[in-house]
Amino acid sequence: MTQTTPPLGRFGAYGGRYVPEALVAALEELDEHRAKAMADPSFVGELTELQRSYTGRPSIITRVRRFGDEHCGGAQVVLKREDLNHTGSHKINNVLGQALLTKRMGKTRVIAETGAGQHGVATATAAALMGLDCTVYMGRVDTERQALNVARMRLLGAEVVPVDHGSRTLKDAVNEAFRDWVANVAHTHYVLGTVTGPYPFPEMVRDFHRVIGVEARAQMLDEYGRLPDAVLACVGGGSNAMGIFHRFIDDSGVRLIGLEGGGDGPDSGRHAARFTGQAIPGVLHGAYTYVLQDEEGQTIESHSVSAGLDYPSVGPEHAFLRDSGRAEYYPVTDTEAMTAFEALSRTEGILPAIESAHAAAGAMKIGRELGPDALLLVNLSGRGDKDVHTAAKWFGLLDEGEAQG
Amino acid sequence: MSTQQDVSGVSAALAAAKAEGRAALIGYLPVGYPDVDTSIEAMLTMVRNGVDIVEIGLPYTDPLMDGPVIQTAATGALASGVHVRDVFRAAEAVAGAGASCEVMTYWNPVLRYGVDAFARDLAAAGGSGLITPDLVPDEAADWITASETHGLDRVFLIAPSSTPERLVTTTAACRGFVYAASLMGVTGAREAVGSEAAQLVERARTVTETPICVGLGVSTEAQAAEVAGYADGVIVGSALVATLVTAADRNEGLATLAQKAASLADGVRG
Repeated sequence: MTQTTPPLGRFGAYGGRYVPEALVAALEELDEHRAKAMADPSFVGELTELQRSYTGRPSIITRVRRFGDEHCGGAQVVLKREDLNHTGSHKINNVLGQALLTKRMGKTRVIAETGAGQHGVATATAAALMGLDCTVYMGRVDTERQALNVARMRLLGAEVVPVDHGSRTLKDAVNEAFRDWVANVAHTHYVLGTVTGPYPFPEMVRDFHRVIGVEARAQMLDEYGRLPDAVLACVGGGSNAMGIFHRFIDDSGVRLIGLEGGGDGPDSGRHAARFTGQAIPGVLHGAYTYVLQDEEGQTIESHSVSAGLDYPSVGPEHAFLRDSGRAEYYPVTDTEAMTAFEALSRTEGILPAIESAHAAAGAMKIGRELGPDALLLVNLSGRGDKDVHTAAKWFGLLDEGEAQG
Repeated sequence: MSTQQDVSGVSAALAAAKAEGRAALIGYLPVGYPDVDTSIEAMLTMVRNGVDIVEIGLPYTDPLMDGPVIQTAATGALASGVHVRDVFRAAEAVAGAGASCEVMTYWNPVLRYGVDAFARDLAAAGGSGLITPDLVPDEAADWITASETHGLDRVFLIAPSSTPERLVTTTAACRGFVYAASLMGVTGAREAVGSEAAQLVERARTVTETPICVGLGVSTEAQAAEVAGYADGVIVGSALVATLVTAADRNEGLATLAQKAASLADGVRG
């Protein structure tokens, strides 16, 4: 299946540019600069060199034998190790690209929103590296469950602004970042952290993450002599998933499987399962896509144990892939994700981000269905250092005094 | 009502103000804050105190063009159980009082309701049209069709950052009036309106004959008078909403609102 992107940035019916007029000129400027940059060997060369010498690309792939044998029905499970990138997640791929574009546009300040903190840390890192001022918006709830990343951002010189509106999570941080951008667009670039938002963000962010799938596909052919039966990734906004999926879209024999934050379960009303809950298409944060909303078009608050998946909307290209049947999306409950978190930690010595644990939980389900002949590629989008406190509480590993400390 | 109107109520109100040699005063309040009945009474209070056109806000969970005052009111309205259909009640009440109104709404509630159905019900309630802060003409094909069918105004925004090309295409898509954002930013009172607003109006006047109304940041009688010097209409939101947000009770809120509206009306009347 070959996919084309029409001029207005639509993926089928999805995408578009639903923004205040004040931002349209900036979006057009961004689109023009990124098109020129992607065709400019000096830009591509600079980004590639940063990926090699700063991020640590290419990231390796790791066969996780015990995890596959003991928890995935004997399936061969291979992890794409985005957790080994500098700053600990895939987020750095996109941020380095956008920070370079910020400098090309002559802007001096970046802003970002963050849920789990990974995107905020990556943005603060790139800003420090390139001498840009940086402000990161983060829902108050998320600053509390991801306190370590708040400290990391501040150590890197960024201003972290807790957001007290609405559900005080990622959605509200995005609103606040848009408000800042409307007021300061002349000198500020909004480093949007995922594959949603107004055109050109969904396409641009995907293109900066596409390196994940390009590397992984070549590595699978090189090390296993064939393509995987399925590629699995967690989907909040969906940037790591689009990054690894995109190179496989034309490989019709490869199933693309996205795992959403199922929270307490899709029937519970407390979840972030946009495709499997009661979400329908609508407009949120600049794009027409699936949105958790009530019968009056008001956004419903999402829930996930993972701050990075706790978002009521999803990237428009995922909506297109879902409707066209090219990709499948399933919810993973908080309990299932934490079970996978523990399983991967105990069998392989790898602490995944709780986001990524959703993808590992998907491998446990699909592996059991497909059995030992299956070859599964799982995107381990981030590492779990930031989630140690949450996991320790979940499993009751610390006594009261230790937990408070 | 499904017949094409030649002149909307809002257009007539703008023309009447112009005939008096002044700009019109447009006052914004969200329906449902602090409750639906009080919000409608507040809109009528504004009309009785010199507001020419009511901008009825439809509260939304993610109002990314709004500052803290309007966001607080919108959140409060949603918490008190406001429904989309309450904007039609408010429009009927305003029209019944002999004034005209536009509904200011983010796009998703209209999409969910059904674009044509929303237009049909708003027209039936006597509303003149929609102001759409997160819908630019480029994405508005369905709305343009529905507004033509039901004879409604389409008020799109222009901003200081709008390119010359976009000023042409956006103002051409407008009907009723053009909403000129006075500055780069969100809603909320400012100490000064700034020079960008006058420059934007001047730029827009060279490409359109549609009336141009200026909003964002206008909060005092003096500012209203200043903007009335170059615009066809002066739009005030947060300063009016703030009277209700900071009031101790309903009566105090309505009394303060009346004073504020009268003061702003004095401003546009010089």
